[in-house]
Amino acid sequence: MSLPADAPLIARIAATRRSRGRARLRLITIIAGVLIAGIALTLSLGQSLTPPMDVLRVLMGADVPGVSFTVRDLRLPRAVLSVLAGMSFGLGGVIFQTLLRNPLASPDIIGISSGASAAAVFAIVILGWSGPAVSVLAVLAGLGVALAIYLLAWQDGVAGARLILIGIGLSAMLDSVIAFVLSRAPAWTLQDALRWLTGSVNGATLDQALPVALSLLVFGGLLMRLRSSLEVMRLGDDTAAALGVALARDKALVVLSAVGLIAVATAVAGPIAFVAFLSGPIALRLTGPGRSPLIPAALVGAALVLLGDYAGQHLLAARYPVGIVTGALGAPYLIYLIIRSNRAGGTT
Amino acid sequence: MTAPILKAEGIEAGYGQRAILSQLDLTIPPGEITAIVGANACGKSTLLRCLSRLLRPDAGQVVLDGRSVRQIPARDLARQLGLLPQSPIAPDGITVADLVSHGRHPHQGLLSRWSHDDDLAVARALEATQTADLADRDVDALSGGQRQRVWIAMALAQDTDILLLDEPTTFLDIAHQVEVLDLLVDLNQSRGTTIAMVLHDLNLAARYADHLVALRDGRVHAAGRPTEILTETLVAEVFGLRCAIMEDPTSGKPMMLPMGRHGKITPQHPPEMRNA
Repeated sequence: MSLPADAPLIARIAATRRSRGRARLRLITIIAGVLIAGIALTLSLGQSLTPPMDVLRVLMGADVPGVSFTVRDLRLPRAVLSVLAGMSFGLGGVIFQTLLRNPLASPDIIGISSGASAAAVFAIVILGWSGPAVSVLAVLAGLGVALAIYLLAWQDGVAGARLILIGIGLSAMLDSVIAFVLSRAPAWTLQDALRWLTGSVNGATLDQALPVALSLLVFGGLLMRLRSSLEVMRLGDDTAAALGVALARDKALVVLSAVGLIAVATAVAGPIAFVAFLSGPIALRLTGPGRSPLIPAALVGAALVLLGDYAGQHLLAARYPVGIVTGALGAPYLIYLIIRSNRAGGTT
Repeated sequence: MTAPILKAEGIEAGYGQRAILSQLDLTIPPGEITAIVGANACGKSTLLRCLSRLLRPDAGQVVLDGRSVRQIPARDLARQLGLLPQSPIAPDGITVADLVSHGRHPHQGLLSRWSHDDDLAVARALEATQTADLADRDVDALSGGQRQRVWIAMALAQDTDILLLDEPTTFLDIAHQVEVLDLLVDLNQSRGTTIAMVLHDLNLAARYADHLVALRDGRVHAAGRPTEILTETLVAEVFGLRCAIMEDPTSGKPMMLPMGRHGKITPQHPPEMRNA
């Protein structure tokens, strides 16, 4: 090649790239630190204060009288499920927001969470299923809703705004399906109803957390491998294809993974309101624009569910499931986004 | 290393029921600048989309160095053939250097990390397009001409032998149009990059192209050196426009002066007769 590039320019480009990579890593470390502090808090401080040393001993496998049950059987499963479900929602949400270039296009706004939730509650209440079968049905329902939105929004291509409005309509429909199924249930409690309508980690067990962990491993891992393709897809389909992205395959895999994350977490913890919707924008605010913040969004989602649940259990006047707390956080932001998008003439 | 040859062989393409290209044959001459011109909806952009594999022809095939592009893995193809679409999207808040870095995507495997070669290619692309000073700026904050240079830089970082561009000068004022086209000539001359682009402006096409391709109704109506093929008859046939062809005194290339209904001079000497 005949164009000689001067060394200072190369050095400057490389230095900027490295310093921003370090800044990203620093930020991820900080968010992860906050998350770990949150886990420590929820494990040691509930109705009663457990000394941190006792918590550590229980985690190492020791039996501490008066502490083991609270920490190992109540607080730990709850914290684990909160973190895993939160990561799934955060990651799944930011993928949709990135792919559709719109913060409103989050799976909990456009009906994918409701679809998974409706399928889960149908399977549990009407069919009497439990375990992995529920997760599988929830994933299929989530994919079905995604496909339905896509087909209904198709009109010489898919416009973001139309897709979102159709999704909101489907979401309302599916929420009423959930309410209907619950009303037909022979015996249902308010706790069950709230789980499937707003999401909850009440009564979590480690067995429940297992499918969520597996889904994070499989789908999250797949997304990490596809992240450079995802990054290039933000430049538009044509540019991505021209840059050698196998567009049809990669896009299908990315959507499948995001729906899988959302649906499996929903099948266990219910559609925890607005976590998918909030995590991406919060992570983006923390990292600054540029790249799509996949790992930060997952960590933010985990922190939201963990701390939202903690607030719902211990900081408010009565006990509320986590979905009510995150719902109260998310709703004002949703209104803000809609107002802003109206002022910007329909584009966000 | 010889430049690879890109060919369209009997391609037919369209959207849904509407056929746009019919039995189209075309060879993009290696190492030259090709401009594709034609009236609106004659299939220019469709042709470019077929050549770059964004659109699959219903019949016929696009061949790169004797191999159908369908048989070349996406990443391998993207290392040989670059494309700048008409309206690429710059993500919010992305910097120039980051955008240009995306051009390295096809050069990175699943395991290979960003290397010195990648930094070098990005630096070269920024220098070639004179955007090095903008490296840390937000793409959103740039002027139209600067932004187009940055997108071209991204395509250059891709380091391909062939670069296709879909109307690279749209939305630019005349000074920036010329600036972008001059840049493409520089690339063609310094790197030997084969360039093929769709252009709206016939005069700029005649001025900058070594090889002019005029499309009409989804077929190649004429192809060759602008001085040889750009005639009043051709313009009448391809664009349905009455015009006069003169020699551009600044470049020696042919120049088309549209007459429309109110032009005063009727063309008397078609250039074919003058040449004879």
